Amino acid sequence: MTAVVGEPPVVDTAIAEPTVRSARFRRFTSNVWVRVTVFVIAFIWTVPTVGILISSFRDPDAIRSSGWWSAILHPFEFSQWTLENYSSVLTSNGMLDAFVNSLLVTIPATVIPITIAAFAAYAFAWMRFPGKSLLFALVIGLLVVPLQMTLIPLLRLYGDLSLTGSFLGIWLAHTGFGLPLAIYILYGYISTLPKDIFESAHIDGASHFTTFVRLVLPLSFPALAAFAIFQFLWVWNDLLVALVFLGTGSDTAILTAQLNELVGTRGEDWHLLTAGAFVSMVVPLIVFLGLQRYFVRGLLAGSVKG
Amino acid sequence: MRNMTQKTERREDQVARRVLKGLAWGLLGTAVLGLLWVGISILLDADSIPRIVAGFYDLIGLGGQADAIRDRGLQETFSRLIIAAFAIIVGVGGVWILFTALNKFVDILPYRSRAHLRPWMFLAPALGVLAVYLIYPTIQTLRLSITEDGGFADNYSFVFTDPAMQIAIRNNALWLIIGTTGSVVIGLLFAVLADRVRREAFAKTFVFMPLAISMVGASVIWRFVYAWRPEGRPQIGLQNAIYTSLGNEPVPWLQLPPGNTFFLIVIMIWLQTGFAMVILSAALKGVPGEIIEAGRIDGASEPQLFFRVVLPSIRGAMITVATTVFIAILKVFDIVFVMTGGRFETEVIANRMFNEMFKFRNFGRASALAVVLMLVVIPIMVVNIRNLKRQGVGQ
Repeated sequence: MTAVVGEPPVVDTAIAEPTVRSARFRRFTSNVWVRVTVFVIAFIWTVPTVGILISSFRDPDAIRSSGWWSAILHPFEFSQWTLENYSSVLTSNGMLDAFVNSLLVTIPATVIPITIAAFAAYAFAWMRFPGKSLLFALVIGLLVVPLQMTLIPLLRLYGDLSLTGSFLGIWLAHTGFGLPLAIYILYGYISTLPKDIFESAHIDGASHFTTFVRLVLPLSFPALAAFAIFQFLWVWNDLLVALVFLGTGSDTAILTAQLNELVGTRGEDWHLLTAGAFVSMVVPLIVFLGLQRYFVRGLLAGSVKG
Repeated sequence: MRNMTQKTERREDQVARRVLKGLAWGLLGTAVLGLLWVGISILLDADSIPRIVAGFYDLIGLGGQADAIRDRGLQETFSRLIIAAFAIIVGVGGVWILFTALNKFVDILPYRSRAHLRPWMFLAPALGVLAVYLIYPTIQTLRLSITEDGGFADNYSFVFTDPAMQIAIRNNALWLIIGTTGSVVIGLLFAVLADRVRREAFAKTFVFMPLAISMVGASVIWRFVYAWRPEGRPQIGLQNAIYTSLGNEPVPWLQLPPGNTFFLIVIMIWLQTGFAMVILSAALKGVPGEIIEAGRIDGASEPQLFFRVVLPSIRGAMITVATTVFIAILKVFDIVFVMTGGRFETEVIANRMFNEMFKFRNFGRASALAVVLMLVVIPIMVVNIRNLKRQGVGQ
């Protein structure tokens, strides 16, 4: 990740010894301030989420009559705690249906672009055909197109094909928007696989298709996982594309659209909003906590999404 | 004799088995075709889900259930879940079936054309999707921005001279300056400091976590922080609770410009700092300890070491972070849309574009706004990609 720095200077250990010690001493004295600052920033970053989490388990009357922080001071007043908020937001406010819709949108909208991109990346990396570098430059160039550029023509096209409000329509839209990045990342990985394995596979009579399915896909797992997580979270957390192509109808609204709808219609019912927000955050948080390593890789890789 | 009977038995057995097999395959085939048909019809029309489920209930003799579903729509999330699982299998399987079929098709062709066509078979779906979803719309939007509504002059002069747009552009500039600087500076500060505490990974998780949260979710979280009640009622929003406890009157933070734009930017900083922190932290760990020690030996002070040695070493990572956050902020939509809808002078370009498109149906103006966004993105993206190449990321 870092820029390469030239030859590291050779340090004579005899001189280095006392400086390391004095550095340690300096580190010890400044440590108190360092720790305090780290703690304060981490604290500020966490408090807003904690407020939502606590409120989502409090009785509507309790939320209205006192701030959520008073619940921390009196945690044993059991009358204030309830699960009612979640059951009502899930059933009567449509978040459960929206949850299913989110899964329905996100899983194919992650798998389809990865598959298509992996095939294309393999072709760009290991097959010969005319105009290869020109085509590849075109694909990478498409990284600069913000998806706002595509919305109006696609809406008209979808209107003609009556794809508006269909899941197939949004899968393909997310596929299109994610594809240049996916090809860029997967090409970067697949093109560095050792040449020998392709040669020996070829000698053994394996076709390109077999080589791709049996060798390239398993070997590229880290890159595939990194992009999968990035794309999954991107699609799950997206609002704009969902609003444009699926709308807010109860049959098709995904979690973000439904939560936005709740903010508009039940803006002061904090027991519903807090619980609803948490329902929408559960899956990304699990993915985040469970797969942090790949998540970081995905972030690094995803930094060029247009 | 015995042998004979055994043989005939065996033959009969085999025939029976073959018939059974044929039947089984036939059934399976019909089932798969039926499933495919159901899946495809759901994909084309989401409203068909209740109809299909009702049809299924009719088929197995539960007419009452079927009528109930036809009347009130599909409320049973259970069956909805099954249908969803189904559509997912069809969608995910479909793309694999497509590639396998393409491959089989190329296999049939004569040897020579096979070798020529194989790469295009691998590429065709990608190129097709890119052509339909990125290339065609981009050209079309460029065209719309100069042909629809009042034409080129009118649409673009709206973007730059309309009073509401001037507020939007000013706000976008504020977002870009404060948001990018805030995320990068706090992210760098935290990365440097967390490097020196014992439970580094644990401390970083707290700043990192908002990255998993959607902008809509973050907006709800912060809307609760900024919540306002008239004076005399208990303040349940954290910011007003602190503010009133200092003896002030409660303030409706989101309705008062220009402060409200700043409070919206805070949400973005809250979301993006984790990204800056993670990438800068990885870069900091890559700075060789020897050059820092060498600087110390030469008598450089801590701030000097940081600004003259460490910062230049992580220059590439700084560019990556700054350009990425910049582009994300440039296109910010969700936060403004959910929090204020662009009212109270909080409008930004992307939100205005959405409103021109969906509320006012001014497609020419909306297209012009999209074009302006793209023109700003292009140079930043070029810097970003070049910088990544120089660092060998994606290689």
